[in-house]
Amino acid sequence: MSTETFLPDAGLDALSTTLFRFATAGSVDDGKSTLVGRLLHDSKAILADQLDAVTRTSADRGFGGSGATAPGGTQRIDLALLTDGLRAEREQGITIDVAYRYFATDRRSFILADCPGHVQYTKNTVTGASTADAVVVLIDARKGVLEQTRRHLSVLQLLRVAHVIVAVNKIDLVDFSEAVFRGIEADVQKVGRELGLGRDDSNTGGIADLFVIPVSALDGDNVVDRSERTPWFGGPALLEVLETLPAADELESHLESFRFPVQLVIRPQGALAADAIAGGLDPEAYRDYRAYAGQITEGSVKLGDQVSVLTPGQAPRTTTVTGIDFAGRELAEAVAPQSVALRLADEFDVARGDTIAAAGASGGKIPESTADLYAALCWLSPKPLREGAKVLVKHGTRTVQALVRNVTGKLDLASFQLEPTTTLELNDIGHAQLRLSAPLPLENYAHHRRTGAFLVIDPLDGNTLAAGLVNDHPGDHEDERYSI
Amino acid sequence: MSNVETFVAVDPDAAPAPSRDGDAASSIASRSDRPEATPWAASGSTAEARPSSPARLSSLDTLESEAIHIIREVVAEFERPALLFSGGKDSVVMLHLATKAFWPGKVPFPVLHVDTGHNFPEVIEFRDRTVERLGLRLVVGSVQEFIDSGELAERADGTRNPLQTVPLLDAIQRNKFDAVFGGGRRDEDKARAKERILSLRDEFGQWDPRNQRPELWNLYNGRHTVGQHVRAFPISNWTELDVWRYIERENIDLPGLYYAHRREVFARDGMWRAVGEVSQPRDHEQVITKTVRYRTVGDMSCTGAVESAAATVRDVVIEVAASTITERGATRADDRISEAAMEDRKKDGYF
Repeated sequence: MSTETFLPDAGLDALSTTLFRFATAGSVDDGKSTLVGRLLHDSKAILADQLDAVTRTSADRGFGGSGATAPGGTQRIDLALLTDGLRAEREQGITIDVAYRYFATDRRSFILADCPGHVQYTKNTVTGASTADAVVVLIDARKGVLEQTRRHLSVLQLLRVAHVIVAVNKIDLVDFSEAVFRGIEADVQKVGRELGLGRDDSNTGGIADLFVIPVSALDGDNVVDRSERTPWFGGPALLEVLETLPAADELESHLESFRFPVQLVIRPQGALAADAIAGGLDPEAYRDYRAYAGQITEGSVKLGDQVSVLTPGQAPRTTTVTGIDFAGRELAEAVAPQSVALRLADEFDVARGDTIAAAGASGGKIPESTADLYAALCWLSPKPLREGAKVLVKHGTRTVQALVRNVTGKLDLASFQLEPTTTLELNDIGHAQLRLSAPLPLENYAHHRRTGAFLVIDPLDGNTLAAGLVNDHPGDHEDERYSI
Repeated sequence: MSNVETFVAVDPDAAPAPSRDGDAASSIASRSDRPEATPWAASGSTAEARPSSPARLSSLDTLESEAIHIIREVVAEFERPALLFSGGKDSVVMLHLATKAFWPGKVPFPVLHVDTGHNFPEVIEFRDRTVERLGLRLVVGSVQEFIDSGELAERADGTRNPLQTVPLLDAIQRNKFDAVFGGGRRDEDKARAKERILSLRDEFGQWDPRNQRPELWNLYNGRHTVGQHVRAFPISNWTELDVWRYIERENIDLPGLYYAHRREVFARDGMWRAVGEVSQPRDHEQVITKTVRYRTVGDMSCTGAVESAAATVRDVVIEVAASTITERGATRADDRISEAAMEDRKKDGYF
């Protein structure tokens, strides 16, 4: 396996590499762990002591039989062992929980959320996909598109993952047959069209690229390097795709309007002692300092921009950005997902839980606060959702109480049809209407991956019950594509 | 929730101050350009190297903003956070991020050190100097005190790292800390690869890896009941190389033993162990003087040095990028005890 493009000094220059987060979805049987192991191994993220341990274990277990050599004559090792985590997982030979892996090439640093497929696949896929710029879905070339594939793609569409890559694995076991691959590729594209996935100008969603790549994780074909055994393919290897795709923030931050949930107020000379100022600073210089700290969730902000402060229950207040501070440096502009502190021209009372949003002609529509929440819920808890339940909703930096008024349907992930129901159970995805104790500036998740996302939390034990995606109110039919 | 007013940085209920004149903002801006306003960035080169209009954030910028977001969320949502500070590079980076998160306010929580009694003297000296410089409160949990009182027993292998758990949990309980920042990174170990950024611990400080809360988007759920606490890992997503590149970029001061120096060492378990009061060679172990540095800094009795000529931060970045051995594999005897050593320690309440 040739890896000369990945020099050991990959990523040495901190300024030129960008971060890219992706997740894998698929079951053990699809060879997902082997694929992850292959990516880590061939990009030299596996170091000698880790490899020694895996090589020993592979030999102990007689991996690959007596003639266990890969093309090129090297000893085959069980790459899946590289992703082994917890003791219980090794004992049971399964993966229980999402594991995070790290590797870098000279272009990019990668964070890989390795999501187990066969147990609680919805919970794990939703978790991994919520922060992913791309998701790699595995298909066994001998089996083609299964119900599970449809489910995975359905979840990814719902979560608006920017790029979906379908890896048709074990292509070596179908003799590198172009006919088999093209058949699967056509099936994937058909599912994609049904779901509104895939680059298609007529698709108002336009939300995701959909790539289909033939790979052999075991032998490395089309994983890091293009394979000579699939000359008919002509497309890039998996890692090439991952290296060149724009991250979700790169795609969206210049298009979206500025949104900034206030985390806390930085006011070092406030009610407390004079030693509240950082060491080395002149307290007098910061006597009147007051800034609002947070992470830009969407869009960008420039000095002099007009912004609205959104406080639940109050009319929006408009002012001007007079400072964008980052730990002593003044920025002219900041973009998502930077953590900064904003100074405003007017001394409004602004607190944690408020949102600062773009205002004026360039800012687009200011989100209207509402206490009626219509949403898709990905139910992640063994404790089922019942109508009438009291829960907490965490949105941005605000947590409010909520009443579940009704559950309006449950999604059949294989047929993409909504079925009537009054309850949601673990791994169900359904629709519900909630009444909030205080209005929130909610925005449709289909347009706003950050301000349209929320958590449902159990007020008794504090556990996370569901991932919530804001829907439009019924009757607002501006966005047909989300009416799944 | 939102008990933010207990922290210096925040006073949401204060009446708005009289509006200031238009020049006030710009005069603050010009003042903030003074070198002394940015004590962590002593060299001017860092500012020049970074564009102030970032169309594309570098991976370090993204990781930095993620960590600052996490630190601020914990401070906003918890009543009594503390930060585990050993003087090791990961905790130094984490504390540096905290100073940036609350600038120009000071870090609004104390730091906590579990002192094994076997620490390198220069690391303890560094710890005290840093705490002094930032004006922080230092809380120390002492393994030695627990051994002296009979509540802990010295291990046969002399390693004190696993003994840190009891004093740690004791300090958390006594100080009523409800959130504890740790510098753990997911790339360090396979058990840590499955750790959440906000990780719930029960009344016994235990981690239950099979029953963790899903963590979605950048929304962190820190709800907990009385007696439980949360461990927060702001640099979960950083690799060893990221940490070193950041130390270089931000010009962060570290204990000198991270850089190449001459030291009396002896070979044990395939590592170079320092000669010191608690780390004595056995009869057959020959002491030699070598040029070494430390990749991790833990208990002197279980941390090994590596042969290295990397005397500057740039040299270390290059060395780490080219390294073929993991940092814990190279230097930590405590993680060689078994395949699941870290997992077992974490379940018991270790960081």
